[in-house]
Amino acid sequence: MFTINLKRVFKTGYKNFHRNDWLSMATVLIMVLVLFVLGGLVFFSALAGTILGNFESKIDITVYFKPEAPEAGIFDVKKEVEALPQVADIKYISKEDALVQFKEKNKGNALILDSLNELGDNPLEAALNIRAKTPESYAAIGDFLAKKNYPLVDKINYFENQEIIERFGAILGTIKGWGAFTLFILAFLAVLVAFNTIRLAIYTMREEINIMRLVGAANWFVRGPFMVTGVIYGLVAALAASVMFFPLTWLIAPKLSFLVPQFNLFSYFIGHFVQFFGLMLVAGVALGLSSSLIAIRKYLRV
Amino acid sequence: MILFDKVSKIYSKDSVALKNVTLKINSKEFVSVVGSSGAGKSTLLKLLMREEEPTKGKIFLDGVEVTAMRKNQLHHMRRRIGTIFQDYKLLPAKTVYENVAFAMEAAGRHDEEIAEDVPQVLEIIGLAGKKDSFPHQLSGGEKQRVAVARALINRPDIILADEPTGNLDPVNTKEVIKLLLKINDLGTTVILSSHDANVINSIGRRVVVLEKGEVISDEEKGKYIV
Ligand SMILES: Nc1ncnc2c1ncn2[C@@H]1O[C@H](COP(=O)(O)OP(=O)(O)OP(=O)(O)O)[C@@H](O)[C@H]1O
Ligand SMILES: [Mg+2]
Repeated sequence: MFTINLKRVFKTGYKNFHRNDWLSMATVLIMVLVLFVLGGLVFFSALAGTILGNFESKIDITVYFKPEAPEAGIFDVKKEVEALPQVADIKYISKEDALVQFKEKNKGNALILDSLNELGDNPLEAALNIRAKTPESYAAIGDFLAKKNYPLVDKINYFENQEIIERFGAILGTIKGWGAFTLFILAFLAVLVAFNTIRLAIYTMREEINIMRLVGAANWFVRGPFMVTGVIYGLVAALAASVMFFPLTWLIAPKLSFLVPQFNLFSYFIGHFVQFFGLMLVAGVALGLSSSLIAIRKYLRV
Repeated sequence: MILFDKVSKIYSKDSVALKNVTLKINSKEFVSVVGSSGAGKSTLLKLLMREEEPTKGKIFLDGVEVTAMRKNQLHHMRRRIGTIFQDYKLLPAKTVYENVAFAMEAAGRHDEEIAEDVPQVLEIIGLAGKKDSFPHQLSGGEKQRVAVARALINRPDIILADEPTGNLDPVNTKEVIKLLLKINDLGTTVILSSHDANVINSIGRRVVVLEKGEVISDEEKGKYIV
């Protein structure tokens, strides 16, 4: 008896969805919009994560040594810094290495190379290049170096990209904040629209509902169909949004790869499709179901 | 057993439908509730199935206080009652067949049962040929008979028949009354409301007379004299 009723509830729920073709369409459409923004935010977070990771891998501390500093002294410093738990990697760059690197970097600049040749002597300093295990541990390493105040050290170049990262992080935060805000507003609108559609379905069916009650239909038998209708809105929207993301990510991916070569939107989408589709389903069903529950609570006091 | 215990229904100040009505109806009884238009007959039936709430008093059905039942439990009680509504309450978008089947669906009956029972009842009520018609394509009497069919379809313990013959010709009136009597013989409590003296007097069972919301007479094998 339970399953047969369930079947009827689903049938009526589907009929409600079907009966108000245009309204249902509009409802699904605005839900798709919400899911688009949600999906967009997910992609944006992934992209931002890639960019940030990129930047972070480029942070380092470079310690430059005075020209007269003996290599043995530099290695002593290296050993001490290496012992720090925060340090992931430390690299010694001799004066000669530095010169080679410098020349390589300024290959095309004749002026600089000429003046370098004129100087005769190697003006570059030996250096230690330090990488921390996490971006947050650079501060501790910096503190350590400052406290030690090694006499051989000429100058320390802290966190070259630190400021960029912080600024970038702040921008990301703002964009995510606005995205979430937009999502929230749209979700609210979607619930409102779906709520109204379901309210109309309840209104259209009010005579039927009244008679259903009088001939002895159970509470949930009367309410169920409208919940089913709400869930159908969410399911259709989730399906539509997920399908539409295929061509969309495929089209955008090359343009994004141009900006951030490490990030391929389409592969990311395909690679995470199951999670992505799950998210769309959960969000869509949550939207639809909450809309219908509100409408039922307000207009279907059985 | 049905008990109305000092029940009053006041819709508004100038619309007092029932005044302090006390009425006991035993199981398997056939009771006619009579009275002129506006006497409160429909209200009495509506209160019993909780379509309306009483202003004062209590109503019991087999010892259970109907008036105190939780709303989400009402359907258990309503499934035991088949109602022939004075205004039919047929669904305009459903055919005769679907209207009757609908009551079975709402009560959670199986498809096979529905496919078996509905044609049978339509046959009994003489509407087998009209099973695919919509209510607006039916005459008043035909609609009334659909309402009768729907009330009977779930084999209820109690039938509330609110003017079930109001729109029927003498032949059909006789048929419906005969049907109600037969169902009563099979063990169903029947409460019939009517203001048709001829109908009531032909039955020869208990008659409760309402006037302006009050019970003014209650007799076994009663007569209704206008
Ligand atoms: N929903 C309502 N709101 C206000 N007054 C109502 C309502 N329903 C019924 N009444 C009033 O209550 C009184 C009794 O009505 P009821 O329908 O019970 O009469 P009745 O005996 O069934 O009459 P009839 O024979 O015409 O069907 C009437 O005066 C009617 O106007
Ligand atoms: Mg009436």
